[in-house]
Amino acid sequence: MVQELLFAYFAFATVLFSLLVVTRKNPVHSVLWMLLLFFHIASLYLLLNAEFMAAIQVIVYAGGILVLFLFVVLLMNLREEVRISKFIGAAPTGFTFAVALLVVVMMSLRSFVAAPRGIFSIDLIKQVTHTKVLGLVLYTEYLYPFEVASLILLVAIVGAIVLAKRRLKG
Amino acid sequence: MVPLSWYMLLSMVIFSIGVFGFLARKNIIIIFMSIELMLNAVNINLVALSHYLQDIRGQILAFFVIAVAAAEAAIGLAIVIALFRNKATAHVDEVKEMRG
Repeated sequence: MVQELLFAYFAFATVLFSLLVVTRKNPVHSVLWMLLLFFHIASLYLLLNAEFMAAIQVIVYAGGILVLFLFVVLLMNLREEVRISKFIGAAPTGFTFAVALLVVVMMSLRSFVAAPRGIFSIDLIKQVTHTKVLGLVLYTEYLYPFEVASLILLVAIVGAIVLAKRRLKG
Repeated sequence: MVPLSWYMLLSMVIFSIGVFGFLARKNIIIIFMSIELMLNAVNINLVALSHYLQDIRGQILAFFVIAVAAAEAAIGLAIVIALFRNKATAHVDEVKEMRG
């Protein structure tokens, strides 16, 4: 019962905050609502016994990505931003498309068939601890994708510098 | 015990809100935030399935999604800064140089 109540609160809060993120006029407000949203999603991960994911969510998203967003938002002319309309002309089309997508995917949810259960039961994860289980799989079975991810991050670092730096004269 | 379908429903709703924000907003930074919203919805789905199917690989996939989201945010915001330098605007309807 407690779990259901907690889920109901977090689900309501996440939906509300995501609506606020996409509808606020001032981008700084959007970023701050998104901060709250990320904390609530981290709490949802805690409800799902994924404490490492919750920590990563707070550290990487709330601590890293949102600060980056906030820095770029501060470059903008906020005074002009609050004056003009926040949606483009094709916004009703976008709304229709989003609602249609939601309806179609919700209809397909009924035909969902769960796969057979894996070997990582809750008891096993409790015994070995969540971070260790994740590391054991990540550094053995998923070693190659892990290296590819590090390459992607390297490309992102170099690409961000190349895109954002001022072009040299001459 | 919360049923799995509740988590999937929540994830769908957040994803649709992200799609709406991506298609309807004028400010390019909010559009990038909508993309982050969609990625987070996918992550909720992956972690929920991983928990209910008792398979840790869903969380590994969510882990990679977070890594790619970080890379995407860095590149995207660099593009926004380059756009500012050339056009001094953050509104997608004012950038129409590449319209065919």
